[in-house]
Amino acid sequence: MTMSITRDEVAHLARLARLALGEDELDHLAAQLDVIISAVARVQEVTAEDIPPTSHALPLTNVFRPDEVRPCLTPEQALSGAPAAEEQRFRVPRILEDPS
Amino acid sequence: MSRERDPDLVRRTAAELAELMAAGEASAVEVAEAHLDRIATVDGAVKAFLHVDRELVLEQARRIDARRAAGERLGPLAGVPIAHKDVFTTADMPTTCGSKILEGWRPPYDATVTARLRAAGLVILGKTNMDEFAMGSSTENSAFGPSRNPWDQSRVPGGSSGGSSAAVAAYEAPLSTGTDTGGSIRQPAAVTGIVGTKPTYGGSSRYGVVAFASSLDTPGPLARTVLDAALLHEAFSGHDPCDSTSIDAPVPPVVEAARRADVAGLRVGVVKELSGEGYQPGVLNRYREAVDVLESLGAKIAEVSCPHFAYALPAYYLIAPSECSSNLARFDAMRYGLRVGDDGNRSAADVMSLTRAEGFGPEVKRRIMLGTYALSSGYYDAYYGKAQQVRTLINRDFDAAFEQVDVLVSPTTPTTAFPIGERVDDPMAMYLADLCTIPSDLAGNAAISVPCGLADEDGLPVGLQIMAPVLADDRLYRVGAAVEAALHDRWGGPLLKEAPEL
Repeated sequence: MTMSITRDEVAHLARLARLALGEDELDHLAAQLDVIISAVARVQEVTAEDIPPTSHALPLTNVFRPDEVRPCLTPEQALSGAPAAEEQRFRVPRILEDPS
Repeated sequence: MSRERDPDLVRRTAAELAELMAAGEASAVEVAEAHLDRIATVDGAVKAFLHVDRELVLEQARRIDARRAAGERLGPLAGVPIAHKDVFTTADMPTTCGSKILEGWRPPYDATVTARLRAAGLVILGKTNMDEFAMGSSTENSAFGPSRNPWDQSRVPGGSSGGSSAAVAAYEAPLSTGTDTGGSIRQPAAVTGIVGTKPTYGGSSRYGVVAFASSLDTPGPLARTVLDAALLHEAFSGHDPCDSTSIDAPVPPVVEAARRADVAGLRVGVVKELSGEGYQPGVLNRYREAVDVLESLGAKIAEVSCPHFAYALPAYYLIAPSECSSNLARFDAMRYGLRVGDDGNRSAADVMSLTRAEGFGPEVKRRIMLGTYALSSGYYDAYYGKAQQVRTLINRDFDAAFEQVDVLVSPTTPTTAFPIGERVDDPMAMYLADLCTIPSDLAGNAAISVPCGLADEDGLPVGLQIMAPVLADDRLYRVGAAVEAALHDRWGGPLLKEAPEL
């Protein structure tokens, strides 16, 4: 029985998904994802090239509303849930690599 | 107090409570106090609520009483208490989605559904427990512990809207809100013996509903009667310019349909693929009896085949996780919610990864990983692309079926409520709870679950699912109310009176 997903792939996915998972968690998830992916692969049994995809239940296009100025959140409201704020801005950890 | 409070206020339907208040026989404060007392008595066992602020509840009720006293004309549900799923933003209460990553979060705005509940004069009792970010069928994925099924506290109340179903079944509230992405309103309603509706996708607003799978998420009502569900459906549905997928059309006449409760001549299709192997015998027995009831009321019954429904579950477990992996990228530890590991040295990317690993529970991580896989280059066509094609095939099955019949029926769930702990680390077993409900989510049409009896094996509630075409939500209530009236006659009252005292 071949695995549909390897543990290395699972570790790679975790990095892509920004999840710092521990070794045990990766082991556990790799086994479960393998079972789930094998089960959902059934979708490949019934589809043919000429079937268009459906992305939304009820497709609506070009939905506009009037371009009117309306009240919006104040800076205080927008920052009210921030883990850290400074000078009316979201304070974030460094986003650049150390230049040294 | 000027008079004795009616101890049975909590047993009344929303429609009855509204009448009592309109007639001056009870005040909104008395009704609210009765429900707060009930919550204080039973919620230690049921654990339906994550947040109840007694003073805030009474303040809302006092405002309704004052407006009524001033002679204002109020809506049909004014003063009626409601339990609100913790996925809807509320400016005056925390909104956590059952997740540690949002613990204690106070949103700066109300969801459209929240705003409409307030405008209709409903009194919001508090926020109800749910599977984390609405991912699950049992509330066991809540970071704050599972809710209990009032019929048997060792069993799940369904999910993800399981706090909402438990609250209504335990008489802690006559009404509650839910959201349905794969069955999260109908399945909890079925396993607790109450009514739950998934409206047509786009019929109710997603603005302020913390997103799980945006092409599927649909707010809807839970209640103890079909009429109550219709009243709530009408109160919060309708076009919302803040939701680009909201349908700009009138709300179908659901209340009128619930009062009409007439199925004579209606064509009812029994879905061949949604029964048989894997279904609990007691569920099938009650389901078949409900179909017989419809026939005895003058409906024309026909068997209908929907061959691609068998592929709905696998397609859903590609589409919903894909959308979830994208939607939950917003939890980046920067603008709201949890942040861990910000020690002055770590980068934003490292802080983000540590926070998400700490803040999300196992099922949310599983689905984010699954969605990331299905959307990654090399796998996109084989998984997400194919799932979208299956979605087309399911739409075509529904279209063909609704050319032959007016509504479709099936059991709501393959089994009754399962024991807490039984499926929690077996994702595929958990996912099977949504087998019958997923097709309507993928197609975006309307569906309801109505109680149809107790299974022979375990004495637990069974739900009848009724499905109707897009924007024909009124048919659900016509059929649901007819079945309900006939079964209440047979049982000598509602099914819930068979539930044990808490």
